Amino acid sequence: MRKLGKLTGVVLSAVMAVSMLAGCGSQAKSGAFKIGAIGPFTGDAAIYGLAVKNGADIAIKEINEAGGINGFKIEYNSQDDELDNEKSVNAYNALKDWGMQILVGSTTSGCSIAVSAESSADNMFQLTPSGSAKDCIATPNAFQVCFNDPNQGIASAQYIGSNKLASKVAVIYNSSDPYSNGIYEKFAKEAANQPFEIVSAEAFTSDSKSDFSVQLQKAKENGAELVFLPIYYSEASLILTQSASAGYGFKFFGCDGLDGILGVDNFDKSLAEGVMLLTPFAADATDEKTQSFVKKYQEAYGEIPNQFAADAYDAIYIIKAAIEAANATPDMSVSDLCEAMKVQMGKISVDGLTGLSMTWDEEGAVNKAPKAMEIKNGEYALIQN
Amino acid sequence: MKELFKKNKDTLITLGIVTGAYIVIEILLKAGALSSLFKGLLVPLCAYIILAVSLNLTVGILGELSLGHAGFMCIGAFTSAFFSKITVGVINPGWLRFVFAILIGFFFAGLFGFLIGMPVLRLKGDYLAIVTLAFGEIIKNIINVLYIGRDSKGLHFSIKDSVSLGLEEDGQMLINGAQGITGTPKDSTFTAGFILIMITLVIILNFIKSREGRAVMAIRDNVIAAESVGINVTKYKLLAFSLSAALAGVAGVLYSHNLNSLMATTKNFGYNMSIMILVFVVLGGIGSIRGSVISAIILTLLPELLRGLSTYRMLIYAIVLIAMMLFNWAPSARAFRERMVAKLPFFKKKSAEKEV
Repeated sequence: MRKLGKLTGVVLSAVMAVSMLAGCGSQAKSGAFKIGAIGPFTGDAAIYGLAVKNGADIAIKEINEAGGINGFKIEYNSQDDELDNEKSVNAYNALKDWGMQILVGSTTSGCSIAVSAESSADNMFQLTPSGSAKDCIATPNAFQVCFNDPNQGIASAQYIGSNKLASKVAVIYNSSDPYSNGIYEKFAKEAANQPFEIVSAEAFTSDSKSDFSVQLQKAKENGAELVFLPIYYSEASLILTQSASAGYGFKFFGCDGLDGILGVDNFDKSLAEGVMLLTPFAADATDEKTQSFVKKYQEAYGEIPNQFAADAYDAIYIIKAAIEAANATPDMSVSDLCEAMKVQMGKISVDGLTGLSMTWDEEGAVNKAPKAMEIKNGEYALIQN
Repeated sequence: MKELFKKNKDTLITLGIVTGAYIVIEILLKAGALSSLFKGLLVPLCAYIILAVSLNLTVGILGELSLGHAGFMCIGAFTSAFFSKITVGVINPGWLRFVFAILIGFFFAGLFGFLIGMPVLRLKGDYLAIVTLAFGEIIKNIINVLYIGRDSKGLHFSIKDSVSLGLEEDGQMLINGAQGITGTPKDSTFTAGFILIMITLVIILNFIKSREGRAVMAIRDNVIAAESVGINVTKYKLLAFSLSAALAGVAGVLYSHNLNSLMATTKNFGYNMSIMILVFVVLGGIGSIRGSVISAIILTLLPELLRGLSTYRMLIYAIVLIAMMLFNWAPSARAFRERMVAKLPFFKKKSAEKEV
């Protein structure tokens, strides 16, 4: 009797294998650039992956409506990686089967690193909108739209130092998160050259991120005036609430992960008053480009876009600029396209939502001015200096 | 010779099926008829098959519920990736380094299996499941706070952060806490995976048939009876458990040498993964090695094949999983299948012969 169960298994797997084969072999020349995106669309980090997917989608629709790149339209496909390095490689392979020529992804650092090992073997042009670890661009075919973590840490330390925001600084960071770790390490290194000292550096992990009273108390005991938060906004909102209820009266300073803190449910916005953050994008900036993007995003998806969506939007326009500068066409091979675009990445300068006149260095890291924002009257406001 | 064949008929059939599948896929690979997605899945498939088969040794043969299998895989993955990272360029050629990496993964996972097994195997059933679950989480969390770097002065260790390692400017991070190990050489190949599957199958199938295997099964069926005939219960339990852990370590080696960036997340080495492996075993049939192989293949391919359904795919995947479980194991579904089979002339004789 068990035989049939096994037989069904064999038949099923055979059917599956055949159906997988059926998907390939369609490398026909079409008159369009095929751009693929990878990110977590399900699970804990879905908010970031979906933002990237949607942000890129809006840019592609805009470009296609305006006549495409050099007259060629863009075809777009996006795949889920569930925030798993292995699945991200699967997503990359699935997109390759679809005929992808240029990759926007992956959304997160770990996945992006895993995929770049594969994409460099294929020599495919890869531009990660939000993978911020330094290793994301270790291969010559990979570039970043966002600041990398070390740069954010250095920029934050310099900003606090040069504006004399505080002389004693505490740090609360997430030791189980590469993003948070990466920023903290460089911040601590750069702090040695700055006129302030780090009096306490307390970590938490993703498994224990609801009570921060110990970390805050340590900061207070050591006489910190300012708390640096290189973390995401959901934990930061708890820290702000708990600090306020204990009456500590710290100043808070964060990085781009804090963008979105005003949108947290049941969070008293007045607590965020005076919080400063270095972030490249704010949805309520008054320039025409940002406003048009926010409006389109809201119409299409009913949400205010976050920084990830803006990074992805910029990524598509950066690709467009590189292709135009290289005068590339869709019938070029993936590798030729990558070579042509790589050369141009060092030369082009792009004005985007997340920064004006962005340029790229030889390693593939972006060069753009960080923007410092302060939360005033429940809104992000650019600090002019 | 004939006798030998007869005795090992079942083992040979299983090995034959796997070899056949390998040859077919190799031919398709050479012909360039496989999609990139499928090519990319070959090595993970091998790793999952080894995991499922090795867990079946604990669950099916030893009869103990373990929810810490991903923890052993994690140990194998990290110890071997660490080894490969420091010896890349030192030990040449690559395949030799990979062989050492496999042995290291096997040894360390087995060692931890032995150490954890000593106190834990005194527990039974649910208690054992909870303790192994906790063990898996501990391993994952320890690796997430482990920082190891190397510079001209040698190795530096820390469990705080990478700054406290005090590396020189040109120092190299080997294990970077939550960021794990980046830059493991990509040594895993489909052929290596196939060879490892074959070795695993030979080890486990022979173990089951051996004197030790029979002792283990006797313990599973009735501990008191087994003790009364003089079987050393602790020894055999430990043996089976450590072997199962060591083979999971080998799967971890295969997994880690297929990815450039290895991180210990809930997704790949947490309890999610442990339960996933248990699902492979349960769907394939507890105690059925061949079933484990097949169900590992199906359940690994399924979510990838459902990519066309975009965001609904994880939902559909869960529904398909429920349907498959019911079809395979619900009593009414089995009775229905039996009736259907009885109508087929080809199966009539065989099913009457081999009624289970």
